[in-house]
Amino acid sequence: MGHAATDPERFEQIKQPVAALHRWNSTLMVVLSFGVLLVAWHIGATLWPSRSFPAPLNVLQTFISETASGDLPYHLAITLWRVAASFFLAMTIGSVIGVLLGNHSRADQFFNPWLILFLNVPALVIIVLAYIWFGLNEAAAIGAVAVNKIPNVVVTIREGTRALDPRYAEMAKVYRLGALDRLRHIMLPQLQPYIAAASRSGVALIWKIVLVVELLGRSNGVGFQINLFFQLFDVAAILAYTLAFVAVMLFIELVVVQPLEHTSTRWRRRAA
Amino acid sequence: MLQDLRFEVVQNEFACILGPSGCGKTTTLRILLGLEHDYRGTIQLPGLAQARMAAVFQEPTLLPWRTVEQNVRLAMPEDQRNANLDALFNQLGLTKMRSFYPSELSLGLARRAAIARALAIEPDILLLDEPFVSLDEATAQQLRYLLMTVWSERPTTALMVTHNLQEAIMLSDRVIVLSDRPAHVIGTFDIRLPRQYRNEQVRADLLRSFNEKFAGIRNAP
Repeated sequence: MGHAATDPERFEQIKQPVAALHRWNSTLMVVLSFGVLLVAWHIGATLWPSRSFPAPLNVLQTFISETASGDLPYHLAITLWRVAASFFLAMTIGSVIGVLLGNHSRADQFFNPWLILFLNVPALVIIVLAYIWFGLNEAAAIGAVAVNKIPNVVVTIREGTRALDPRYAEMAKVYRLGALDRLRHIMLPQLQPYIAAASRSGVALIWKIVLVVELLGRSNGVGFQINLFFQLFDVAAILAYTLAFVAVMLFIELVVVQPLEHTSTRWRRRAA
Repeated sequence: MLQDLRFEVVQNEFACILGPSGCGKTTTLRILLGLEHDYRGTIQLPGLAQARMAAVFQEPTLLPWRTVEQNVRLAMPEDQRNANLDALFNQLGLTKMRSFYPSELSLGLARRAAIARALAIEPDILLLDEPFVSLDEATAQQLRYLLMTVWSERPTTALMVTHNLQEAIMLSDRVIVLSDRPAHVIGTFDIRLPRQYRNEQVRADLLRSFNEKFAGIRNAP
């Protein structure tokens, strides 16, 4: 029995270089893929020169000048803050509601039609109503984005709650675990994949809605700027802002989300 | 499922509930653990309602996302979480596996970890639900001796559910025999001889006298 248990460690040592090689390969592939896209874009822009289809170098120049003037970082930061605020608001409220509905089937039956309703109300309607009812202010903007995302979070977390293993809850009851311990050690680890799924799709959805919110009722942020450049017909600036924002989101994904997932699923991999 | 079920266990006694599969042994334990509420009757636990209970379930039920040691400490009351567990882990042969995740353990080792968790909280009552089921006989036997050793160092009232008569005779002070459904107590079989004197010969004798006493029921192996 003794060595059977030490085997995984040895296995892990063999696996590591292979995994590193694999990671290196996939990074190379991403770089290559983006490179080909850039070249294709450049060729296209050279063949059909037009103000509405700037070459990558033009976009880069605009990006540099906008960054130097401080405009781009400012608006980017504002948008990022809105994304973060509505993300945490939506995840917190959505998770709480999802857990409640997943645990109480009667409440779930009652509120399910509401959920379907909110899932199907267009984001634009919620945004417009929020601005009309609560005024053109920051709280209305962030609230509207969160309300758009909450139903998705509820649905995902509700599924996760239904899939909770009752044996662990019974173990917790027998050993009289406190509420905080149950949350930290029993519930959250089981919900982790569902929370991760909700966050992933959440960030992508939220930042798109944030741009609409900014376009409609704010006087700063990437969405506001894009609307401005639309009126000036400045495609290079529109692309510069969009790409800058996508780059930031990619960076967050690679530097924050993936390592976080890596640590929180450590126990799963060691079993391999 | 259960009917007229009545038994008692004396303090610091190791009792076994023996009965055919599916007769409601596990349900009895679940009632005692407060996990089942659909019954009529009374349970009296030692001390107040606050008797500290520990359970070893049929499956180890360790949290897969916590290490063996974290699993054990998590079950302990918060003010005792930093207690020294070296002796317990050492006795159960788990010293090297403290930082392992449950999925890295064999079933036998996971069962040991579950026993460690149950004993670490120094329970007033220890409930065991077929803790040696689905192990090969050698491992099961090794684990029975281990359980005996750690239990005799930390004696507590213990109630084990099993369908294995040999196991019951080896471990317990009293065997409570249940009938088929609806389960009720057919009789009890007291073993006064201390465990360390129960060699194979003695166990065979005990088995014979048990079979004489319960000649009517032939469900035990």
